[in-house]
Amino acid sequence: MLTRRTLLASSAATLAAPAIIPPARAATPKGVAVMAKAIDDIVSFDPAESYEFTNGEVDANCYRRLIRPNLEDATKIDGDLAEKWEVSKDGLTFTFHMRRDALFESGKPVTAHDAAFSLQRVVKLNKTPGFIITQFGFNPDNVETLVRALDDTTLEMKLPAAQATSFVLYCLTANVGSVVDTATVMANQANGDMGNAWLKTRTAGAGPYKLTEWAASDHVIIDANPHAAEKPLMKRVVLRHVTEPQAQLLALQKGDVDIARDLGSDQLKSIAGEKGFTISASPQGTSMYVAMNQSMPELQKTEVHQAIKWAIDYDAIAKNITPNTWSVCQTFLPSALPGALKDAPFKRNVAKAKALLAQAGLPQGFAVNMDYISHAPAADIAQAIQANLAETGIKVTLLPGEQKQVITKTRARQHQLAMLVWGTDYFDPNSNAQAWCENPDDADTSKLKILAWRSHFVDKELNNEAMAAVQELDPAKRIALYRTMQMQFMERAPFAMLLQQNAVAVLGKGVSGFKVGPMPDYTHYSTINKA
Amino acid sequence: MGDRFILSPRLRMLASSLASVPVTLFGLALVTFLIGRVMPIDPVVAIAGDHAPPDVVARIRDQLGLDRPLLVQFAIYLDNLVHGDLGRSVMTSRPVLVDIGRFFPATLELATTAIVVAVIIGIPLGVFTAAYQGSRFDHVVRVIALTGQSVPIFVLGLLSLLVFYVKLGIVPGTGQLDVAYEGMVPRVTGMLVIDAAIAQDWDSVWDALAHLVQPALVLAYFSMAYITRMTRAFMLESLAGEYVITARAKGLSAARVLWRHAFGNIAVRLITVLALAYAGLLEGAVITETVFSWPGLGLYLNISLLNADMNAVLGATLVIGLVYVGLNLMADVAYRLLDPRVR
Repeated sequence: MLTRRTLLASSAATLAAPAIIPPARAATPKGVAVMAKAIDDIVSFDPAESYEFTNGEVDANCYRRLIRPNLEDATKIDGDLAEKWEVSKDGLTFTFHMRRDALFESGKPVTAHDAAFSLQRVVKLNKTPGFIITQFGFNPDNVETLVRALDDTTLEMKLPAAQATSFVLYCLTANVGSVVDTATVMANQANGDMGNAWLKTRTAGAGPYKLTEWAASDHVIIDANPHAAEKPLMKRVVLRHVTEPQAQLLALQKGDVDIARDLGSDQLKSIAGEKGFTISASPQGTSMYVAMNQSMPELQKTEVHQAIKWAIDYDAIAKNITPNTWSVCQTFLPSALPGALKDAPFKRNVAKAKALLAQAGLPQGFAVNMDYISHAPAADIAQAIQANLAETGIKVTLLPGEQKQVITKTRARQHQLAMLVWGTDYFDPNSNAQAWCENPDDADTSKLKILAWRSHFVDKELNNEAMAAVQELDPAKRIALYRTMQMQFMERAPFAMLLQQNAVAVLGKGVSGFKVGPMPDYTHYSTINKA
Repeated sequence: MGDRFILSPRLRMLASSLASVPVTLFGLALVTFLIGRVMPIDPVVAIAGDHAPPDVVARIRDQLGLDRPLLVQFAIYLDNLVHGDLGRSVMTSRPVLVDIGRFFPATLELATTAIVVAVIIGIPLGVFTAAYQGSRFDHVVRVIALTGQSVPIFVLGLLSLLVFYVKLGIVPGTGQLDVAYEGMVPRVTGMLVIDAAIAQDWDSVWDALAHLVQPALVLAYFSMAYITRMTRAFMLESLAGEYVITARAKGLSAARVLWRHAFGNIAVRLITVLALAYAGLLEGAVITETVFSWPGLGLYLNISLLNADMNAVLGATLVIGLVYVGLNLMADVAYRLLDPRVR
């Protein structure tokens, strides 16, 4: 019979069960790099559709593109699948000469026909990132005649209208310019989708890795592509879904992961003093800003825009709330992007802000709501801004929300102030210049509904400059145009640009050779090494 | 002769319980659907992202039928549901049914292990604390049980990670399996320990078990506390019953009185408690699954909600509803089978 003694003994034994289980592994397996990263943003690995950070990053390692940016010098572009290329004097015809040694993961050689098919496919499918290619003037009807392979190694791309050459080339370096294996993709076509459904969860590229397994919100496994020209140092890379920064830090300290990707300022502070860890920071094309909706009368005057810009204590926010992870950036071009202006003219100046409000006829300030996404560190930054603005008399009511909820609201133009984050679409100044400056039609039926439209910001001069800059064939003139625009924007646009993101990766003991790219789709794993 | 076609009373009760299932599920589908549609999140944003140009947005809105009246949308949803089509998840780009088949077994594995541990420890503790009411043992167990019930489970989970994983290093970290074993075991049931055993891959069995121990014990502690408290309360009532005094007066052994007479009488009531505790574990593991990165239904539901992935939310909610209804039904049936009065 069960006595009290045996009961207590057996319960104690059950509770002590973990003690007899062997200790956890001290290190990840040889030849395998394990990364802790939040990967629940993954939607599709199809380069014609992929538009989230993690998708772009995985694709960057499984696909190759015609050309790629030189990450040491943002003004240069290097060949990838294309060895060299020429552009006609009028800027209309691009001719790419492909290398002969590249193979897809299926073992088939990469040809100019695959490159032409891939670009045509992007235009025909026209998913979210499709505009990066269609903005050259391509549509499903003209793309087959304008983008074509002259032979196995020559790709010709004709533009319907001239565009700045650097703009076209930078767009082609984006993930959407990935070259897919035509035969494999078309063999898996269903209902005329050009293999889209199949490619959502698989890869068919020529990159150093191939996608082996994706378990949503759990892990992604990529293995070395046996046919790749470039052999990666690690034969397998595992992205492990860990959302909590603290849990990522723990796993890194225990040696369960080799690289932690999403540590916050607190975790970075605590690991900075420990030996053996390497912190690698790279500035990103991601901006944090406050939008002022022009539908609200109080927010319409330039003096008010200026007052808000002078009231915010940028340095204190960057130093106290986001050390290492976000730094001050007051223009619409983060410093990693070509053409970025490094000036930061605004410093906290309460007296000046108050004077500007008085000039605007609002000496007592006014009350306003501010939407923001209630994640770290945005919540703390929003509170800091609330306190900064309070000193000038502007009473901010904070409205925290889930990310998609806040985005829905600002897309419907229902916000007053909104603190938001925007990542550049491709590595060219036009992406952000268009987003913040172009609003040719402020009506609800507009064809262009990006950031300027969402805050009813109409500025003819900036709008026309942005449209002209993207067609400027002279690279030096083009950069000069963007610099002028950034000065004008800081002066009068209803956007207080706050910070730019630094992507920080912490490498565990003995791990080297990894740096996050300035864009997610420029991040490469093939140089990761473990001692 | 005609009697043969008339259902016995017990079967008739079962039939009426069964008939309530579709009604409950319909209500559930309706409420979740409406909540999904009044949420201040545009489902197109969830699918196409913040940067999608207007023509892409318009095309997706049209494909989803979001321009049609709400009732029509619901009717289409119900029609698909009846045909076993829960739609596609935005987040995983797989049919929701396939996703549930993937995520639910992990939850089942975790919750079943937890409830077994909780019952094995909780019921004897409840019985003995009732038998030795007011003793030091009773007080100690009460403190343990109250702690289990009142400390939030994420605190318990994080503390346990800190102590057993970080400080002592005797259990592995979060997740269901170590990276080295990932993808090694062919999927049969979806429950990794069982799948690994079927494949006779004992290293993987060991690794999966090691990962299971911590979240399962944290969950088990939580429901053990509840089971202990309920068992103790039922037992105290039962021990005061006249039939117990009679049994004692007959000179039966203390153990026989305790287990056969007193406990025997509450066993039926306990079944309902256990069924609800089990159902609670199956859906209430959201926080535990998040803390331990356990790829179960709770985690799936949580992430789907944050992503406004309404097909996934509706599907997962319906499954949880089905589990509740199913377990309730089973408790009902067990109740009728075991309770002599219903017989």
